Amino acid sequence: MNTVQASDQKRLEDFAHQIRVATLKELGHRGFGHLGGAMSVVELLAVLYGGVMKINPQDPNWAERDWLVLSKGHAGPALYATLALKGYFPEEMLLTLNEGGTKLPSHADRNLTPGVDMTTGSLGQGFSTGLGVALGHKLDGKDNFVYIVLGDGECQEGQVWEGVLFGGNAKLDNLIVFVDFNKQQLDGFVDDINPLGDLGAKWEEFGWHVQKVDGHNVAEIYAAIEEAKAAKGKSSVIILDTIKGKGCHFAEAVELNHHMRFTQEQIAESLAILEGGASS
Amino acid sequence: MTLIRDDRAMKDVYIDTLIKLASEDKNIVVLDADLMNSNSTIRFMKTYPDRAINVGVQEANMIGVAAGLAATGKIPFSHTFSCFNTRRALDQIYMSVAYAKLNVRVVGTDPGITAAFNGGTHMPLEDLGVVRGIPTMTVIEPVDNVMMEALVSDVAYYDGPIYLRINRKEPLKIYAPGTKFTIGKGMTLRDGDDVTLIASGIMVAEALHAAELLEEQGVRARVVNIFTLKPIDKDLIVSCAQETGAIVTCENHNIINGLGSAVAEVLAENHPVPLERVGVQDFFGEVGPLDYLQKRFAMTAEDIVQKAQRCLSRKDKGV
Repeated sequence: MNTVQASDQKRLEDFAHQIRVATLKELGHRGFGHLGGAMSVVELLAVLYGGVMKINPQDPNWAERDWLVLSKGHAGPALYATLALKGYFPEEMLLTLNEGGTKLPSHADRNLTPGVDMTTGSLGQGFSTGLGVALGHKLDGKDNFVYIVLGDGECQEGQVWEGVLFGGNAKLDNLIVFVDFNKQQLDGFVDDINPLGDLGAKWEEFGWHVQKVDGHNVAEIYAAIEEAKAAKGKSSVIILDTIKGKGCHFAEAVELNHHMRFTQEQIAESLAILEGGASS
Repeated sequence: MTLIRDDRAMKDVYIDTLIKLASEDKNIVVLDADLMNSNSTIRFMKTYPDRAINVGVQEANMIGVAAGLAATGKIPFSHTFSCFNTRRALDQIYMSVAYAKLNVRVVGTDPGITAAFNGGTHMPLEDLGVVRGIPTMTVIEPVDNVMMEALVSDVAYYDGPIYLRINRKEPLKIYAPGTKFTIGKGMTLRDGDDVTLIASGIMVAEALHAAELLEEQGVRARVVNIFTLKPIDKDLIVSCAQETGAIVTCENHNIINGLGSAVAEVLAENHPVPLERVGVQDFFGEVGPLDYLQKRFAMTAEDIVQKAQRCLSRKDKGV
């Protein structure tokens, strides 16, 4: 198994920290937003955009790029922070989140934001469109990878299971699906609302190569992606054990952290805690 | 004049034309949701197995996969019965296709009462209304095989998402071979200055028959085929209103939200004249043979004549 080099691990952890800080500032400026599910995918985005994906920020629609389909489109703010840090657009633009006329809407939009590959927001749909992109690349004989990010609550959608069945049978080894298993959905804890049971066993039964890793450990995520890429002839899913609101002191794992309102003081305090943590 | 029934099913003319186009363009891809034998898309599968995808019974996933293929430059034609497209996968057609600006060709077969023996559960009487409410959607219902064959290439290369509503069966011949069609432009099939019958789909033949019956009564009815419900040919409808002063719409759909409503909008905003609507009068569908259903839902030539007479009487009274 390929593992991330120690220097790379530090670099990816630093990048994750930068994404988390930028996302908090972005959401904090607006005063409300989908904080919990943005924070839980930060390490994944850091690994993908910092060390895995073939991208060209100067040419966002570069034909040879890898694609990211953020099916849990409400995590858009974390993706925007990542794209800004990679140079797709100026970081100042992050402060326009959800303003009238902005290029950064709550849910990801391929027609508005440089670097956003697919329009998402209605849950389950990004999975199918991502499968279509992977099929399109196969038809063209291209080796571009497609990465799809699902939420755990999203896995309650029927369309997701249509996709799991179809994607498992299609054996798309140019595709990796991630499930951000952060245990919480809008109305509360997944286990209290409509539990998913043994999610990995379910995907396995549908023919997928399944891995489960710590979704806040960049080295584990990186190694899992390398293993998934090596699993030829199978579609791959990586279930990320995560914490909703991770790294934000007033949001982490607290109830009803899907969409929150917060004060400038809360954001400032959280940033101070984060900055302190980074320098330690 | 008796219209002659074509010996080829419209679904076969459609798919054979698409197969021909696909021989010149490798980007054309076909998707179906376990209706390949019903829709004749199986022929495409046999010719181009690599470019035909049967997702199984998964309409929502099919529309999404089609949208993803479109994002990589493919020209996807997705197929299922009209009812499953517009009821089951509406959110996918709305967001993954239209809102995302991904040019899927959403093909719905068995429109309205042509779902005949599949019955009320399978009878889409609301599909046109549903899709025409989606911004950027172009909505097309071919009438016969001449039009079907002529439109396939235009549909493939049209800029924007399309809903294509196809009657699978052998249609009556309406247009002469070689007739040219333009998406968004209506066709005048018969001239007349007393009343205009604006028809679509299987109701075009009924309207032509009704015009003959009206002629026997000394009424000169114009017959217009609006095969593009959206964008609708406003100029043609307004000129019909100005020149004939009375309009009857004839559609294989609920009279709410379909052709009748679209024409009413154009008239009300531009040149109001008396309007009567022939179509399903806000009922669910039922099982039965097509001729039974046409009578059951008052969608025959005789029903059009009655509505035309009512419309003419209103025109005379100015109400």
